[in-house]
Amino acid sequence: MIRRLFIANRGEIALRVIRTAKRLGVTTILGASEADRASWPAREADEVAIVGPGPSSQSYLSVDAVIAAAKAAEADAIHPGYGFLSENAAFARAAAEAGIIFVGPDLSSLAAMGDKLMARKVGIEAGLPVVPGGEAADKEAALKRAEETGFPVLLKAVSGGGGKGMKRVDRAEDLSHSIDMAMAEAQASFGDPRIYVERFIASGRHVEVQVLGDGENAIHLGTRDCSIQRRFQKLVEEAPAPCMPDDKRAAIEAAAVNLARHLNYRGAGTVEFLVDATTFDFFFLEMNARIQVEHPVTEEITGVDLVEQQLLVADGLRLSLTQDMVMPSGHAIEVRINAEDWGQDFRPSPGRATRADWPAGEGIRVDTHMAAGGEVPPFYDSLVGKLIVRGATRAEAVDRLTDALDRLTIEGFATTTDLHRAIVRDPRFVAGGVDTRFFEGLARG
Amino acid sequence: MTTDLPLTPEDVNEITSILDGSSYDRLDIRTSRLRLRVQRNGEGWTQEWSLEDEAGAATAVVAAAAVVIVEELPEGVTGIPAPLPGTFYRAPQPGAPPFVEIGDVVGPETVVGIVETMKLMNPVHAGCSGRVIAICVENATMVDGAAVLMHVEPA
Repeated sequence: MIRRLFIANRGEIALRVIRTAKRLGVTTILGASEADRASWPAREADEVAIVGPGPSSQSYLSVDAVIAAAKAAEADAIHPGYGFLSENAAFARAAAEAGIIFVGPDLSSLAAMGDKLMARKVGIEAGLPVVPGGEAADKEAALKRAEETGFPVLLKAVSGGGGKGMKRVDRAEDLSHSIDMAMAEAQASFGDPRIYVERFIASGRHVEVQVLGDGENAIHLGTRDCSIQRRFQKLVEEAPAPCMPDDKRAAIEAAAVNLARHLNYRGAGTVEFLVDATTFDFFFLEMNARIQVEHPVTEEITGVDLVEQQLLVADGLRLSLTQDMVMPSGHAIEVRINAEDWGQDFRPSPGRATRADWPAGEGIRVDTHMAAGGEVPPFYDSLVGKLIVRGATRAEAVDRLTDALDRLTIEGFATTTDLHRAIVRDPRFVAGGVDTRFFEGLARG
Repeated sequence: MTTDLPLTPEDVNEITSILDGSSYDRLDIRTSRLRLRVQRNGEGWTQEWSLEDEAGAATAVVAAAAVVIVEELPEGVTGIPAPLPGTFYRAPQPGAPPFVEIGDVVGPETVVGIVETMKLMNPVHAGCSGRVIAICVENATMVDGAAVLMHVEPA
């Protein structure tokens, strides 16, 4: 039984995990960097272990430092959150070797889904449709593959992910030098020059499915739509995916469960798909073998605590939820509040909050670690908090979100609050079902 | 560690539900870790969280790690400030030659360095014309937003 949980993360997700663990009667030890010593999660945790100085490479990304701190704290289990080491197989292996439970999937799943090309192969084996395209062992093969696929194509790094290392090529005459550049960048960014080729789908929606597995059974908790993105970074997410025929949504959910079963998946995971906005044909993109930033919208429509489910499965229990027991109702929308200056091309804005007033009330949930006196250090990402609203219908959720954003005031650094105020007023957003080109068409405030 | 009253999001929801039906507009709670004010705001509510005690103090840890350059600029010399806090780099990548050296002539758009913050590389533009006569911050040093990185003398 997990009694002492080490949280190897920071910010809002660290606080999120701490809260559920506390509710379950589990002692929490936060593995914090020096820069996060006085943060809200550090105050909330039962114990704090300093894993290193501010810079991530010396703290949150250091397998040795984190494992050593967890061992010293006599932790039974480590929750890796998202980002950092959450999908790092070497970290999961090191935890196992130290006799500490890794709250996450098995090594086999991490390995299968970490390499995007391998994930494509596994997806095909599991019977999932994938974007037309395929691997390209060398430049010759890449050229051939692109010609088979048809233009435009997307060149993607095999060891990439998180929306990084992708190149669009519209014309055959640009292909050769684009392949050279893509391979060089892949080598520089990920240490692996391998790329693969996919057809570029112009009018696409990013729809993902939340799955839970215990190694034998797997269920889904419905879809999320994350099409509102800037440079492949999600800004707004909602559940369920709106404006889709029910049978198509059901088919995507079934495909996700098939993949989870095929992997004998243990824990919480998300299967990501690209959906053609006109035909609703869907294609498997990748699977994220961790809890995701946007998990709250699924929690809000299902009433399931996903962190609790992660801990139960990590404890060796079978899923107590069956598919029939999952009955989503209503609609939920989340906006990510980042410490960035929209007016200055999203320049990051570290600093200290002099004011952190978040909305509250019926149908409103705020997942944040940011309070007045809190710091946004320059070492990590810019996520300050998430505003999540729920409504009986999508229209009610949109209205509630619009009102709630007017009651969000953070001072001391720039935030993207105004950007979200513009998004909720955009008629395309109000109508719903936007594709990934939404952001380009957004009027500047 | 003494057990303290935890303040969860569920608690905030309960508080707003209770206050909704009342004539109260505001509730202040203070625990040993946090302060919370739940305040009526139009048709809805705000939750105002603070890590500070009433005197307004909070541990500012990041500032201690930053290099704060406080100096008088010599006459006629312009300073190039860091555009934002972060880690200052003199070259585009490790091992590459620096953007500028002492003696180089710069114009307003000349890139003289990079400040890396929150995983993004932000170019530092000279913002003035002249000759670089001093480089005040070493490579790979943390700077705060007010730091002067270089001195430029009008050519």
